[in-house]
Amino acid sequence: MSAPRRLNLYALTWRLPIILWQLMFFVGPVLFMVAISFFVVRNYRMTEAFEFVNWEKMLTRGYFWDSYWYTLFIASLSASVAMLVAFPAAWALAFRASDNLRRWAVFLLVIPFFTSYLVRTFSWYVILAESGVLNAMLGYIGLGPFKMLNTHFGTVVGYLTLTLPLAVILQTVTMANIDKTLIEAARNLGCKPLATIWRVVLPLSRTGFIVAALFCFILAFGDFVAPFYLGGSQEPTLPILILDTTKSGQQWPRAAVVAIMMMLTLFTVAFTAIALAYRKPAGSR
Amino acid sequence: MQGRGLNIILALYVALIFTFIFAPILFSLVFSFNSQRFPTIPLGEFSTEWYVKIFNDPDVWQAVRNSLIVSSSTAVLGTALGFCTAYSDFRYNFRFKGPYLALILLPPTIPLIIMALAMLAWLSRIGLSGQLWSIILAHSVLTAPFAMAIIRLRLHQMDPDLEAAAWNLGGNEWQAMRHVILPFCAPAIVSALCLTAAVSFDEFAVAWFVSGLNKTVPIVILEIVQGNIDPQVNAIGTFVFLTSMTLVILAQAIFISRQIKSHS
Repeated sequence: MSAPRRLNLYALTWRLPIILWQLMFFVGPVLFMVAISFFVVRNYRMTEAFEFVNWEKMLTRGYFWDSYWYTLFIASLSASVAMLVAFPAAWALAFRASDNLRRWAVFLLVIPFFTSYLVRTFSWYVILAESGVLNAMLGYIGLGPFKMLNTHFGTVVGYLTLTLPLAVILQTVTMANIDKTLIEAARNLGCKPLATIWRVVLPLSRTGFIVAALFCFILAFGDFVAPFYLGGSQEPTLPILILDTTKSGQQWPRAAVVAIMMMLTLFTVAFTAIALAYRKPAGSR
Repeated sequence: MQGRGLNIILALYVALIFTFIFAPILFSLVFSFNSQRFPTIPLGEFSTEWYVKIFNDPDVWQAVRNSLIVSSSTAVLGTALGFCTAYSDFRYNFRFKGPYLALILLPPTIPLIIMALAMLAWLSRIGLSGQLWSIILAHSVLTAPFAMAIIRLRLHQMDPDLEAAAWNLGGNEWQAMRHVILPFCAPAIVSALCLTAAVSFDEFAVAWFVSGLNKTVPIVILEIVQGNIDPQVNAIGTFVFLTSMTLVILAQAIFISRQIKSHS
């Protein structure tokens, strides 16, 4: 079945379309974006050139680096929060729920992924507003009102809307696949429950957990909706910077510089994470 | 730790997480029938005002039409591309297979805002931007990996000898494809169509950048939201949720029911 075969019309029919399509509409756009970062804008028109002026303009500005570190910080923060908040739920679904219940839970958690993130964000906007639902509820028990919109809190809630279902799914699936006898063995040898989590469950689920955290980070790092609508965009994240630069002023070359910096950062983070995920644990052969 | 108390606490915690995840969907639905302009608790009166408003808005109708065209075309294109790739991966081993698979699987890991900028720049360069089908081209790249994943999973369950058996019985490769592979993959293909349509239906960043003046439903939402709080969004949102949830649930139900059938 898997032996290499001579290329024929039949094989090419199935193999070629995606190659051509992706070269044209995926590789093409990405390479062209790298190219335009060297173009110049004259009289509001983009002209072909090979100059470093856009790179210089962006990378020597304080606001770019402020935005860069802030984006890195808030994306890491929300990825960590998502992983921590998801853990007890995922643990319960993996070890305390029946197979059937777990399947249903994962089934439900997939749904939000394919429903409008924009509408969900708008809904949070209404819930978190100064006179919104949450403050009204807190008011009944004599608390608040709290300012939740246009704060880091708002931004992180928005990111969690995006990342929490994914974190719970990936953690649950990872832990459900652990060989249960290993956990029983640890318990029989006198390992305390929390120590079992720390010394058996977590090391065994390292790969899945790192991949989950990586995805949460990527999603938050690239999202402009949460920081824009719920965070108030006083501190613009990199995606907001791209949006502003592209939509107002036609400065596509500078937006391309920001986008390339984002991609380089994501590649670095992803490679580091994957290396960590698949590294042999210390002490094992 | 083993106690009943802990189980109850955990159950409550799981419920809390699900509440957080589904609260925005639920509130959007409730507020779409609420008369207040700035919805809060206690709720205002029951009202279908917002639905009437969007129902009478020609812009919304145009956007719905555009969205239906874009998502159905994307579904067909993305699923076709996904099928070709999944089948190539299943059937053949060849040099550079790694990069080949990376080529299709990579796009979803790149932030949409970056894809949006790259697509906008490239499509305007080659004179394809600002049209409805600009969105379809871009979305096919974004959705093909989902189709590929679903169809590849299905092919994984197929006995490779099945195809060989068809050849032994005198069918050529094309006939084996038509009478063996395609029927076997049919449920996965339908699932993939639903799922890619749902992804395309909700995507706004790339669509917003490349569409020019052609608005899809998410772009209309984006523009309303940028203005001010307007409960119309909840009414449109409820429609959007219902559409995409139907598609996703359909996709999962079809796929899972086949999964169970082929295991028993």
